Amino acid sequence: MNTALGAISNSFSIGLIVAALDLLAGVPLAWLIARGKSRWLTVLDTLADLPFVVPTAALGYSLLLFWSSGGGISSFFGGSLISPGWLLVMLLHFTFSFPVVVRIMVGAMLDYKMEYERASRTLGAPPLTASRTVTFPIIKPSLIAAFSLAFARSLSETGATFIVAGAVFMNGPVFLQTLSNELKSGTITLATYQGATVFASIILIAVSLSIFALIRIIGQKIKLPFGHGLPSFEKKLSYKKAAWSRNSIALFVFVVIVLVPSLFVALPAFQAIASGTPLIQAFSGSGVWASFWQSLLLSYGLAGIVTVLGIMLGIPMAILLARKTFGKWPSAVLDSLINVPIIVPSIALGVSLKFFWQGISGMPDFLLLIFAHLAITYPYFVRSMSSAMERISVDMEEAAKTLGAKPFTVFKSIVLPLTKYSILSGAIIVFTRSVSETGATLAVTSHLQTAPVLIVNWVNSVRGVIAPIAGVNSLTVGLACGILILFSFMILLILRLLTRKGKM
Amino acid sequence: MPDVKIVNVTKKYGNVYALDNVTLTIHDKEYFSLLGPSGCGKTTLLRLIAGLIEPDSGEIYIGDRRVDKVPPEDRDIGFVFQTFALFPHMTAWGNVLYGPKVKNYNEKEAKIIGHEVLELVKLNERLNAYPSELSGGMMQRIAVARALAAGAKTLLLDEPLGQLDAKVRNEIRYEIRRMAKDLKLTAIHVTHDQSEAMSISDRIAVMKKGKIVQIGSPQELYIKPNSLFVAHFIGESNFLEGYITSSNGIAELELRGGFKAKALITGIKAGERIVLALRPEVCLMKKGLNPNENALLGKIEKVTFEGTFIRYEIHLENGDHFIINKPSLTEEWMNVGDDVTISYPIDKAHVFMNPEGGLTQEIAV
Repeated sequence: MNTALGAISNSFSIGLIVAALDLLAGVPLAWLIARGKSRWLTVLDTLADLPFVVPTAALGYSLLLFWSSGGGISSFFGGSLISPGWLLVMLLHFTFSFPVVVRIMVGAMLDYKMEYERASRTLGAPPLTASRTVTFPIIKPSLIAAFSLAFARSLSETGATFIVAGAVFMNGPVFLQTLSNELKSGTITLATYQGATVFASIILIAVSLSIFALIRIIGQKIKLPFGHGLPSFEKKLSYKKAAWSRNSIALFVFVVIVLVPSLFVALPAFQAIASGTPLIQAFSGSGVWASFWQSLLLSYGLAGIVTVLGIMLGIPMAILLARKTFGKWPSAVLDSLINVPIIVPSIALGVSLKFFWQGISGMPDFLLLIFAHLAITYPYFVRSMSSAMERISVDMEEAAKTLGAKPFTVFKSIVLPLTKYSILSGAIIVFTRSVSETGATLAVTSHLQTAPVLIVNWVNSVRGVIAPIAGVNSLTVGLACGILILFSFMILLILRLLTRKGKM
Repeated sequence: MPDVKIVNVTKKYGNVYALDNVTLTIHDKEYFSLLGPSGCGKTTLLRLIAGLIEPDSGEIYIGDRRVDKVPPEDRDIGFVFQTFALFPHMTAWGNVLYGPKVKNYNEKEAKIIGHEVLELVKLNERLNAYPSELSGGMMQRIAVARALAAGAKTLLLDEPLGQLDAKVRNEIRYEIRRMAKDLKLTAIHVTHDQSEAMSISDRIAVMKKGKIVQIGSPQELYIKPNSLFVAHFIGESNFLEGYITSSNGIAELELRGGFKAKALITGIKAGERIVLALRPEVCLMKKGLNPNENALLGKIEKVTFEGTFIRYEIHLENGDHFIINKPSLTEEWMNVGDDVTISYPIDKAHVFMNPEGGLTQEIAV
């Protein structure tokens, strides 16, 4: 019981701290990307997305290699700079939530009307004062959204956290996973397992929901005071020198703390390419690689099915929400309910799903997996689609109706073409999220290995946490991660190219 | 108390000259308008004066101070934006007090100023409303109040009336001028609406494609346009093409179809191709065809009742199109199909060189 509570409070404290740090580091970088004038900034923009696209299991291993093992930065510091434990977990969570924050804030700043800031400048405010008193209050909703999302991801992440947490430190998801392992190894009874799991999950869910409601309410009320006398001080910080140092620090943090450690795992992949043999082995599927490709196939196949189902089920829901078909209040409630799977840690979700469907005997694990992934990814699609729909004026649909179009035709000829890029990007978010999903997968099934689960197992084998798997060494893990990153990066590139045409 | 001087200022975007070597002086306490069609550079010029953009070359002076490298917050200007740009997260009161607060006025002073300017724009009651709760006209007045509260002596207005409906526009434009004069400000007002510029400005600069075409008082521009573009852009003009047959004192012109006309011209030689410009309201129109020298013959094609005026569209015998406006309540009405003879006082006609690119292109906006 105590362990459970301790683990859960770790989850929340780390989540809040990491979300705050992500804002602190991410906003200046987003500022640079959104406002800067160089062409290199588009490259920076894409790079900032990378950690999001790398499956978290690979990310965890990468950070482990970079910060803790002799091969990484630690070599400069004689051995292990940051050993597995809470600091490494914080670094991990900081890293994978960083792109979320940057993406949201870049979007918010690009949507922001610069005229407000210009107005404030003509009234006598130096640039920093203008930002503080005008720009930030106006984009506050996005700051809150970014904070919430970073917090949610931190709460929810399992696979990578497991890798970097080490033997001692636990947060909520790690606790749940440890319980599951202990059940398998026979250290605890089924009754204890079930009791502890239910307890922990319920607390996780309840506290998450309350914290989110709090963030929403308090966030809206927060108003920074004007700060009499501050403008003259801010004047000194506003111009070239200050901007230069701010940008340099933002870039430094991004590259050294986020980007390089994230990609570090691919280093062995390059070694493999250089020497040739492991690469051939990998692509021929010999030995342990067979299970790798199988798991990759499972992951992408599952993601594909989940995406198609998600679109089919998500579009009607998005329409309901966007057009407030059920009225203002029911729609608001529905809207919050849709958020639940994003907020709730995926492993807790997986556990509840398992319990829910347990009664039905003979429910194949694969089906359970589909339900779990669908539940987790569905909100992202609905969100993306319904905000796109809200931007389509109702007038257009009404015009179509007065011209004689039946509802389905209206949908096919008006809504679909105008939202196709949102559908596409929603679909791709669903796809990548499903590929990356670890926690719920682990909770729901013990036989099927998706790619992230496989990687977690391989890493644990290399680290001696579980019994060694034949043929798995750090080179194979590195190569597997490298391949996974490469595929994910290509998908991201395709997403960028396809949605760019939709930029209006 | 500032003059505003712009000296040889150029601004390019890629290969396009937004402003092409523009020089202009606006006098202290003058109400000055920059008038022209979209893309002529008037807003660019205003923003350069404000410091929101920097010139590629040239100098800008506010008062005696050279300001082209000075950021907007240090130029001591007030700017009214076309979209108002009221801060949505502050009330009307918060918006108005922003300038004084940023300039470190103490609370008491700031409040006094706030109430003063709101009194000027007559909006003291809606202080606690947010911009989203205000009508267009109210937002506009708050925007002006906000610019004035900061205390600047130079007021820059970027199409301030563009977002308002016609009736409100006509009322508010006089109020803005009155405020500027009461507060002894130098005002620079950008607009594409020539009647707006004419009704409130001391002087107007007409701009086209990055250059200033003519500067003068509204009367000067209306009565003595220096080019086809100004004759067309300000008020309305009929254009008749032809050439000069003789130019001794009173010049004789031959127009299309052999019509003979006369005008007072200086500086254009016989044989030159010209365009004769006549304002619709200076011409005399009589029923019947009376072929005389200096008379144009035609038939009324269309009659439009426009309230104060009746607008007659006449198809001249030589194929040209002609417009005449007559007061609707004090003159006899004519009908479609009537034959008419049109004549004009020689001193009210303008003659311009027929431009190389052709008339249509020259007056195109």
